[in-house]
Parts: sequence; C-alpha cells; structure tokens
Amino acid sequence: MVNEPRREPAQQPWAVREPAPSAGVVAVAASPAVSPSPPAAFPPPPAAFPQPSATLPPQVTAFPPPLPFPQPATFPSPATFPPSATGLPRSSTTGDLKESPPLTRPRQDRMLGGVSVGIAGHLRVPVVWVRVLFCLLSLLSGIGVLAYALLWIFVPQGDSPVAKPRPASPTERRQAFGVAAIGAALAILGYAFGFGQTIGWLIGPLGLAAVGGAFIWREADDARREKWRRSAAGFVRPTSGTFWRIAGGAILVIGGLGVFALGQLDFTAASGAIVAVALTLVGVAIIAIPWWVRLVRDLSTERRELVVQQERAEIAAHLHDSVLQTLALIQRQAADPREVLRLSRSQERELRSWLYGPAGYASNTEAPGATGTLAAALAIAAGEVEDTYAIKLTPVVVGDTPMDPGMGALVAAAREAMVNAAKHAGTDEISLYAEVEESAVTVFVRDRGAGFDVAQVGADRRGLAESIRGRMDRHHGRATVRSTPGEGTEVELEMPIMGSSAGSSYPAAAGGSRPPAPDQQ
Amino acid sequence: MTEPVTVFLVDDHALFRAGVKAELAGLNDERIQIVGEAGSVGEAVVRITAERPKVVLLDVHMPDGGGRAVLERVHAKLPEAVFLALSVSDAAEDVINVIRAGARGYVTKTISGPELADAIVRVAGGDAVFSPRLAGFVLDAFSDRPGAAPLVDPELDMLSPREREVLRLLARGYAYKEIASQLFISIKTVETHVSSVLRKTQMSNRYELSRWATDRRLV
Repeated sequence: MVNEPRREPAQQPWAVREPAPSAGVVAVAASPAVSPSPPAAFPPPPAAFPQPSATLPPQVTAFPPPLPFPQPATFPSPATFPPSATGLPRSSTTGDLKESPPLTRPRQDRMLGGVSVGIAGHLRVPVVWVRVLFCLLSLLSGIGVLAYALLWIFVPQGDSPVAKPRPASPTERRQAFGVAAIGAALAILGYAFGFGQTIGWLIGPLGLAAVGGAFIWREADDARREKWRRSAAGFVRPTSGTFWRIAGGAILVIGGLGVFALGQLDFTAASGAIVAVALTLVGVAIIAIPWWVRLVRDLSTERRELVVQQERAEIAAHLHDSVLQTLALIQRQAADPREVLRLSRSQERELRSWLYGPAGYASNTEAPGATGTLAAALAIAAGEVEDTYAIKLTPVVVGDTPMDPGMGALVAAAREAMVNAAKHAGTDEISLYAEVEESAVTVFVRDRGAGFDVAQVGADRRGLAESIRGRMDRHHGRATVRSTPGEGTEVELEMPIMGSSAGSSYPAAAGGSRPPAPDQQ
Repeated sequence: MTEPVTVFLVDDHALFRAGVKAELAGLNDERIQIVGEAGSVGEAVVRITAERPKVVLLDVHMPDGGGRAVLERVHAKLPEAVFLALSVSDAAEDVINVIRAGARGYVTKTISGPELADAIVRVAGGDAVFSPRLAGFVLDAFSDRPGAAPLVDPELDMLSPREREVLRLLARGYAYKEIASQLFISIKTVETHVSSVLRKTQMSNRYELSRWATDRRLV
C-alpha cells in the first residue's frame, strides 16, 4: 500500500475502479499527521467526514476520536481524487493496470464489504496482509476504517459478467468535480472557522447521518437497488443539465459559506442553526452523489445486458426456425441422400445469407437491401436451381447493377443455362460467374460434365435456341456456347446495360455504403 | 518425389479437424503429411512454432482474434510457414482480411479432398491459391470504378490485363491447366500471374481495398 501511489496513480480524477483512490486515501490520510494543517497544498476538509469510519467495520469501536478534530484532514474528501491535489505522481503507465485484475469487490470470500479481497486480488498479495494493514491503520485514529469505508463506497461490486471496468466516463468526471468543489467549499469553511470547537457537536450527528445513508445504500442488495433504480430512473438520467446543476449547487455552497465566513459574522449570534442547515445540505449532497454515480453506472450496465439478451434471443429464434427445423427434416429423410443434400445446401445458403448477406445479420444496417439488383436475382436463380436439381452451384458476381428488362432476360437465360447443365451435364457442380462492366454484363455458366458437340445440336432444341439465344437476342444481348464432349460446357451471355452512363452501372460504388461484395447469396 | 509437405490444422471445431484429417488421409496422398492440429489461437501459436510445419491450414473465424491473430503471431516467429485459409465464411471482409495479413490462399470448406490436397501442395511450392470466390472479390476490389481515388502506386494498384484475364477465368471455375490452355500460356505463367495478383492484393494501397476494409471495421 505504501508503494501504491507510484505504481498505480489515478489516471482520472474519479477513477473509482482503479486503485488510485485507495492510494489517495492512505497517502493523504497519513500526511496530515505530519503537518496538521497545510491548507495550501491540501485544504483540511470539513469535519463532516471523519465519522464514516465509525459505522463501518464492527471491530472499530474506537469511533470517537480522542480530540474533537484530531485529524481534520483524514477525510480525503473527493478533493483528494485529482492526483494533483494530493501530490501523487501521475506518471505511471496504464500497462500495469491492464495486467492486474480490475479492482472490484467480489461477493465471495468476503468478510465485510469484500474490499480487502478485492485489493488483494488486484495487487496480487495475500488477503491477510491487506486485512492486517487495514487493522493497523485503524489504530491510527481510524484511518484504516475510513479508507475501508471509502473503498467500500467507491469500488464497484464485482462478478458482473457484462460490465467490464472502464475508465471513468465524462459524466462521472463531472460528478467528481462537483463533489470536489463541495469538498473544497467545506475545507474553506472549516479553515475559516479555524476548526472551531463549536461545530463539533453539530458535525457528529450530521456525519453519522451522512455515513449512515451511504452505508445503507452501499449495503442495498441488487434486488432492492433494482427497485430503487426504477423509482429513480427519471432522476438519474445523465444530461448536460446535471453538470450545470452540480456546478450551480457548488457555486451556491461555496459562495454562501464564503460570505458567511468572510462576513465575520458573530458565530455565536448566528447560532448553530445556519451552520446546521448548510452542513445538512452538504451532507445530503454528499450522500446523494455517490448514490447517483452508482445509479448511472448500474443503469448503463443494465442497458448493455438488455441489448445482449435481445440479440441472443434473436439468434436463438432464427436458429430454431431455420437450422433446427432443417436438421429435423434431414433426420427424417436420412434414407434419401439426394434430399439430404438438397436440404442441407438450401439451409446452408439461407444461413449464409443471414450471416453474411447484404441485409444480413453481420452486415451494416444501413446497407440497402439486395432486392432489385442483378446480383440478388442471380443468387436467387442459382439457389432455385441448386434446390431443384440437388447440385452444387457457386455464384460469383463482380459488381452490381439494377434490374431492368434486359437484366431480367439475362437472369432468365442464365437460369436456363444452369438448368441445362444440371440436367444434362451429369456433374454435381456448376460455376456461375457474372461480371458487371461499364457498358455490359457478362455471365458465364460452366460445368465440367459430359459436354456435347455444339454443331450437332439441332435448331429445334428449344432450351438452347429459344430460352437462351432468343431471350438474349431480343434484348440486344449475345449468347455463346462452347462445349467439348468429355470436358464440359460453358455458356457465355453478354447483355449491354441500357442507357448506361459511366456512373450508373455501379450503384453499389456510388451508394458508398454497400461493400463491393455482391456475390453474397 | 521429394519429402512430403507437413501440414498443421487450426480450427476451433474438433469435428471439422477430424473430417479434414480423415479426408486427407483417405486420399493416400504421399505428398502430404499432417503433423498436428490446434483448436485455439494460443494453442496454435505454441504448437506451430514447435512443430514447424510447412503449411498451416487456418480457420478464419475463431475466438480470440481468429485466423488473423494466429497468422500475425506465428509469422513473427516462424516466417517460413505458409498459410492457407480454409473457412466456411464467404464474407468478403474475412477473405480479404486473411489475404492481406499474409495468407497465400483462401479456399472454402466445401472444397473437395483432392482439390484441397492440390491447393496445399501448391502453396507449399510458393504459389498462391485462389478459389473462384476469392478471385471474384479481388476483381471486385480492383475494378476500375468511376469515382475511385487516383492511384497512389500504379504499379501495385492496378491489375495488368493478363492478370485480370487469369482472375476472370479463375472466377469462372477454370483450373490452372484449363486457364493455361485457354490463354495459350504455360501453367507456370498462370501461377506467376496469380502470385502477382496476390502480392498486389497484400501490398496495394488501392483506395477501394482500404475503404472496403475500413467500412467493415477491419483496419
């Protein structure tokens, strides 16, 4: 703990999940013992705080300090969190932090709040050491108890699977500044009073109340916190307004108390009432702010969990509707290899398009749907042929273009060519390749099957003549068939892009958001 | 025949590893010898550096960083290992990702046993292996779209007409031998072209490639 500040200084003023606060607590707590009131470097904070220690660990019975305010500065107050205020070196690296487990309060193995276990795990030292250290420090006018209490309050509970420790958010930092401002105000006040003995009797009960509040909140179980959160949900939404509220409140407190102190009001005449009111307000603020910090943090955790849950449910639903059903079907049809092949290919295609497709699960949401483009139409046609004839068909499409009558004819012709290959080639694999160029689209359908002699095909063969050549001709396209008996067949289809200027043939590129990978099925 | 190509298998699905092993063993192909397998990134890095295989068959999608993590970490220790990505993923970003990280080829898991064996032998010999799909992706990324940014390095950022031609034939499902006879060049020349395309894919500054990667949060 002694070396702590050097090893793990606070990176953020309010780095509550880092060990810095603990370092700050101890380091600061120790310093006043040496120089009791150094207001410049470390304004002695108000007395409202020393008492937190009192209510916490049961072993601390020596709650009332020997003197009214023997250690006014023992309360590190939020003002200690900015490293500059405590004089902690800021120079350490975050590398250490990444390697040790985050500082949290585990729920297992704990005696009280789990603070010691958490610190021990974080620093990788035996937990006994930490406990002994706390006990020893507690003997020093309860410093250890105070440190423990503060850590209890500010170190988040562990074991949350979703909430990963993260650096303090801007919101938390703002809240930290708010707390720091209040602490500073109190410090000024306390200094102005010269630690007048008079307020001692006020502080005791107030401090007790404040710490009691924090303690109750801290102890609140998840279930109870849940309820509180709901009731307070509207209140804790962090907005930029909260910053101004904090700042405004802090200014009022500082201003009011400053006037009070500087006005040289007769303390006895003003009576304890004003002081009591002011300090009560401050106490309330101090209770409320950590609570609020926690609420905000818990809420964001909850939101994250909700998102994860919804996503999980969506995936489960999809898998159930598709993959599980298909697997059941496959088991029933196990005797029919062709049907099994067909089912599994069709399911694979469906799952792929869900996972990787343009409108699919893994794609950017802003990607336009694939409907109405050549790539999508070819993928659908290929899927149908694959299903119907139980062959393997891998479409590869480069570029994309919107559908028009010419493209419709091209897709129909390509489909026919695929059907021909599936029916006659006697192979189980067909390649489909389409390339969209500036002025034309070229499609190749290729198989490595039986092949035939092109010259021998009679003009009356309707499939080739009408469905492919005729279709292409009517839209100013062109169809070429190359085939060698024994080596397979390739049908090449070329269709000009109607009225295409240079730019319009690549809507995908022009659109910008859709990646140029149109051959997703 | 020279000594067999040693192959290491990385895939987080044990079932799939077993399947590939059985299939390759069933070929009785003496060119190939499987020397090990691993199911996670960490295990793969350790065991590959120990076994020093010639070729690593690498799954793209794995926990802890996937194939790319294995590639980068092994490459630092064992630069001579050759990676062939073998994945069920069709997503363009996956394919381009592993290729740009240094894989010598990419084949999908639906590839047949003999084709896989050929691909392994080919990458071991220093060639690149492009499936039709990968060829399509590369063509797509290198296509001369209107509006593309001006080329930074014309040498790297453009495919030569011949390379484009070879890629097209690859995408059309042609084997190297068929490409060679179609273009009246030797198989060796086809291999040279494919390797050159691979090099350009890995090193190109081309705007399309980087934008593609950025869009998909790869960089």
